[in-house]
Amino acid sequence: MSADHKTTQLDAPLSETTRTVTLVSWKTAGVLATVTLLYALLLVAVPHSGDTRFLLSQRSDFFQIPVVVLPSAPLAWVCAVVLLAVTAVAAVLTARRRRTPTWLVVVYSAAALTGFLAWAGAGSPRDLSIVGLLGGAVLWSVPFVYGALGGVIGERAGVVNIAIEAQLLGAAFTAAVVSSITDSAVAGLAAALLAGALVSLVLGLFAITYHVNQVIVGVVLNVLVVGLTSFLYSQVLVPSAETLNSTTRFTAVPIPVLSDIPVLGPVLFRQPLLIYLMFLAVPAVWFALNRTRWGLRLRAVGEHPKAADTVGIDVVRTRYNAVLVAGAVAGLGGAFYTTVQLSQFGENMTGGAGYIALAAVIFGKWDPVRAAFAGLLFGFASNLQNVLSVVGSPVPSQFMLMVPYVVTLLAVAGLVGRSRPPAASGEPYVKG
Amino acid sequence: MRLELRGITKRFGALVANDHIDLVVEPGEIHCLLGENGAGKSTLMNVLYGLYEAEEGDILLDDEVQRFAGPGDAMAAGIGMVHQHFMLVPVFTVAENVMLGHEQTRGGGRLDLDAARAQVREISARFGFHVDPDAVVEDLPVGVQQRVEIIKALSRNADVLVFDEPTAVLTPQETDELMAIMRQLRDEGAAIVFITHKLREVREVADRITVIRHGKVVGEASPTASDAELASLMVGRAVELTVHKDAPTLRDNGLRVTDLVVTDEAGTVVVDGVSFEVSGGEVLAVAGVQGNGQTELTEALIGLEGDVTGSITLDGKELVGRSVRRILDEGVGFVPEDRTHDGLVGEFTIAENLMLDRSDGPPFVRRGALQLAFRDRFAREKIAEFDVRAQGIATPVGRLSGGNQQKVVVAREMSRDLRLFVAAQPTRGVDVGSIEFIHKRIIATRDAGVPVVVVSTELDEAVALADRIMVMYRGKVVGIVPADTPRDVLGLMMAGISPEDAKGEVTA
Amino acid sequence: MSTPESSPGTDPGQEPELDPGTAEELEQERARAATGPVGDDAADTQTRLAKALQQTMTSPWTVSVGAVLLAIVAGSIMIAFTDEEVKAASTYFFARPGDTFVALGQAVGGAYAALFRGSVVNLQAPDVATALRPLTETLSYATPLIAAGLGVALAFRAGLFNIGGQGQMLVAAAAAGWVGFGVSGVPFPLHLVLALVAGIAAGALWAGLAGLLKARTGAHEVIVTIMLNYVAFYLISYFLATPGLLQAPGSSNPKTPPTPPSAQLPPLLGERFNLTWGFILALLAVVGVWWLLNRSAAGFAFRAVGENPRAARVAGIDTGRATVSSMLVAGGLVGLAGASQVLGGVTTGFSSDIDAGIGFDAITVALLGGSSPWGVLAAGILFGAFKAGGSTMQAAEGVPSDIVLVVQSLIVLFIAAPPLVRAIFRLPDPARRRAPKKARAARNRKEAAA
Repeated sequence: MSADHKTTQLDAPLSETTRTVTLVSWKTAGVLATVTLLYALLLVAVPHSGDTRFLLSQRSDFFQIPVVVLPSAPLAWVCAVVLLAVTAVAAVLTARRRRTPTWLVVVYSAAALTGFLAWAGAGSPRDLSIVGLLGGAVLWSVPFVYGALGGVIGERAGVVNIAIEAQLLGAAFTAAVVSSITDSAVAGLAAALLAGALVSLVLGLFAITYHVNQVIVGVVLNVLVVGLTSFLYSQVLVPSAETLNSTTRFTAVPIPVLSDIPVLGPVLFRQPLLIYLMFLAVPAVWFALNRTRWGLRLRAVGEHPKAADTVGIDVVRTRYNAVLVAGAVAGLGGAFYTTVQLSQFGENMTGGAGYIALAAVIFGKWDPVRAAFAGLLFGFASNLQNVLSVVGSPVPSQFMLMVPYVVTLLAVAGLVGRSRPPAASGEPYVKG
Repeated sequence: MRLELRGITKRFGALVANDHIDLVVEPGEIHCLLGENGAGKSTLMNVLYGLYEAEEGDILLDDEVQRFAGPGDAMAAGIGMVHQHFMLVPVFTVAENVMLGHEQTRGGGRLDLDAARAQVREISARFGFHVDPDAVVEDLPVGVQQRVEIIKALSRNADVLVFDEPTAVLTPQETDELMAIMRQLRDEGAAIVFITHKLREVREVADRITVIRHGKVVGEASPTASDAELASLMVGRAVELTVHKDAPTLRDNGLRVTDLVVTDEAGTVVVDGVSFEVSGGEVLAVAGVQGNGQTELTEALIGLEGDVTGSITLDGKELVGRSVRRILDEGVGFVPEDRTHDGLVGEFTIAENLMLDRSDGPPFVRRGALQLAFRDRFAREKIAEFDVRAQGIATPVGRLSGGNQQKVVVAREMSRDLRLFVAAQPTRGVDVGSIEFIHKRIIATRDAGVPVVVVSTELDEAVALADRIMVMYRGKVVGIVPADTPRDVLGLMMAGISPEDAKGEVTA
Repeated sequence: MSTPESSPGTDPGQEPELDPGTAEELEQERARAATGPVGDDAADTQTRLAKALQQTMTSPWTVSVGAVLLAIVAGSIMIAFTDEEVKAASTYFFARPGDTFVALGQAVGGAYAALFRGSVVNLQAPDVATALRPLTETLSYATPLIAAGLGVALAFRAGLFNIGGQGQMLVAAAAAGWVGFGVSGVPFPLHLVLALVAGIAAGALWAGLAGLLKARTGAHEVIVTIMLNYVAFYLISYFLATPGLLQAPGSSNPKTPPTPPSAQLPPLLGERFNLTWGFILALLAVVGVWWLLNRSAAGFAFRAVGENPRAARVAGIDTGRATVSSMLVAGGLVGLAGASQVLGGVTTGFSSDIDAGIGFDAITVALLGGSSPWGVLAAGILFGAFKAGGSTMQAAEGVPSDIVLVVQSLIVLFIAAPPLVRAIFRLPDPARRRAPKKARAARNRKEAAA
């Protein structure tokens, strides 16, 4: 009996395929229908008339674009029709057991947003600055994006990083102190990196070495760092605020030529260094995870640690390595607060941004690029309130501030769909 | 390379898993390590592979003492292992799995996937494997996944190859195929350790046989020894390989399944148009290689599957669309395939587990309150009746051995008024004594006039218990045949060949 | 198609760590106990959570005491390093090292003395009642901690991580407060009962929403409850800023009117003490949760779902219903905490910080209490003492009460990692039979060197 003979005989049944059907869920269509209904209700219940003035360029811009003035009620209703159409298409597709494509959801979101802006800015004499809206979104998304990248790296290695909040806050504090002492924003950034990694080290000690439940360690670490930074703030920073808590910040560095592109220029290329670093960090993390030995081993440890162990990969060391890198990346996000946004540290100044970053990780299905876009979305939602308050928005500010959280709720409940976390995420690796 | 284990002793606290084991494997030989489930074979191999560190003893390769700090060292020394539970990352491609741990990189730390692909193709070609290096492992059939495991070991130039229970997931034909590969590797000069508890395979392929019982080497046997000799050596006493039962007395009542289709969450049709009937007083055994829809079939019977079409009637009553609770209330007893995940709550006591599926009303619950006195009395009765060996009814079930855990599940499911009994893999991972006990209880249930469905991937068990055997392949029923159908016909049916063709092929 | 054979640890029959057959013949039960937590099903947060809690609960009292000691030492170090006098003395440390140590002792000793004085008994007090006043303060602070801790613990036992304490407390406080000052003309006991019920119901519904989303859509409750915290916060902020809803009439501050006496929890020990009947309600809740978990059919289902949801489902237990109803009860308990705040703790009108961080403290209380009702009671009183003493410490010694947060979280961390505490105190390892540990450590060293 030769092996070849056997193989050919057996290949037939092995290559046979199993019958499959596409399963769809009504969740997406349901969420779309709900939002459409709410939007229509808003237009009917609180009608606004007048024009909305969309401002597309800034006074300093090289190319000046005139203000676009559109009648708000018709525009809002056109958007409503688009929403309804997309919802209908989604429903039809679901009925035919087909999935709603992502681009359709994107079209929907864009229409919903345009309609909402048209409605909110109706009749206001002030201009609604699109550059401010988008540029602010990029700026506000910084801690979310870095935090989400840190979350993705940790979870792909099998360690749930709930401690993003602690990493952001610890890094913000450290960056404030170091930047104040050295008068150097770059030194503050480096310190933030180390602070984030230090929080990670504690996370690793308990979660990796002592197998303590990772969610518990993360939550407790968040409380610990709030307590620690608040204590040190009032005991150390407040008494000597001049020397220890007045930071040197990064200033916006316009990139020649690119910053003169209409709309996109000021949004993307008139930003501080930390933001340019973010533009680089997202593809860099993607590349490192998917195309390098480091990433392959990291993912192996997060998916099937025992398999990694049996080919000679040190699971514990790989996980520590990943968690430390994750903490350092999240730490960069923490530096945003005290080296870009403000020039001083304040008690609990991150205010739950780490939890939003965590939501971005899940929203982004554990992929660095998607997670970064999710972070950008949350940054946009956070910034929307600022822009609308300039125009004089009819919506109470509290509801605008609520938007990112409601969006996340809708996302985890309906829009994200079936997603699979790394198989060993949250699992301590017990050898043997 | 010559492998020698000298006086290996491995303890887990007070428990001696390996007791001064000596073993020599020469290059160009297939050495069988035969032993019951839990005899200490896998522990020994994990010591060899650097996963465990032995308290005493030495590992020698070509007469040189080795020190393995981890699997990395063992692999570097030329030891390769095909694990019982494949050590493959399911979401990685074949090439990624093969390169993992000894990746070649190009500039900038980039992975050199082309080199890995070439290596997979080269080894595939040498053995006629036909494995696509870019296929994602979780999409491959288990037989192909096993080949990936072999490629993984060979890609590191292993001279000593350990196959740990490799045939558990294979059809008889795939098993033959694997044997051929093992012979080819042997002929190329590899030293092969083949771990198994299946006597037939041992006699077919082994050059030498070492039998292990309770962590000790109890003897060597020649490949010409009879099944009964090997079995008694392995178990330590004469073993009854058959189950005694009388001819069935069929009744009118029973289970009727018509055109059952089950679709899983990913949209795969896992049970595809299955129809069969089981009368009261009869055992229908469902045979087939693991993963051909048997699990989902039993889960559909109990109401655990979400996407089910077709009809399941018990004594004329439709069960499809009912909740698990209501199906249980119809008198269905169910022993799930995976007792630690689906059958028991490990942290709960024996008494709590015995009432697990009756926590909604009398006699265990009255006016929303647990009836502790009744619960404890019931538990004491049942552990006596079903011979559950434990310190007491308050012992958490997770601390019992596999056999005693299974007896708790069986006791619970058999202590209701049954109108259907469904058991999936009722004796998997269970010691020989408990197997005999559970088999007797299943036959007693059948003799009480209850229709019984037993799913087993062990063909021996299916044959021993069955009045009729239904073979499943890729979610479909290949055929329903009498229990005395020849084994090789059943084997071909398990590979998807219809009973008629299978008989033709066997007689030809 | 995912094949079960290839995924990690789905092997049903065999413990991955041991060969059960040999175990059978030898001491099987002990061997099983020694296998420890084994990550079996990666997708199963519930079982993992249960195992983590098991781990926390089974640690012996020596470890708990060690953990508290370690946390207090860490607190001392923080106090010592930031104390002005110590800093001043350390500048001439080499000239007169004694001064530094005296200052150190004074700073640390003073802080902990103040903590004790503020939480247990004040020995400088003129009369017995005043001396014991700190103890009643401790119990006052403990009241919402116990109630909310029970809410988190109950959810834990059902396999759910309720991080939504803050949101549940806020909506409960708003509902109870609104019934309190918004409804008039109802006499004393009835008005109080109505306000309590409103608070409990609001908390229950807010948590139940998370349970429903989890049961229906599979949305992870950690994310959902965190998001609901923020939604509740901004919702209540809006109500507080809107006249006619929660804002006190005639005021432009985001603050409510005071709670009328007819809706207040009466004092338990007379007007001289802040302790109210809310504490008795918390004690009743402890007994109630104990009964629910250990003696009722519903609690049996909660625990079964929490420990092994798959087995519970196979046994005919409706896991979705258990998820929703356990979150309802959990939210009701947290709601009790919220209601007791506005009806007993802060009756002069409240704003959006009425939760006072209790929602998060409740998590540490539940963890320290091992998720058992009596454990939560003890942990709640301990943390109540920290809170009561912390404010005295801040007032008397100028040590920020934030240090209490640090000490609390360190306690929980240490308790969750018994091997670490044992290593620090050189306590014997009860799992001695894990003989390979030494070998393993040696191996790790070797690997690190390689």
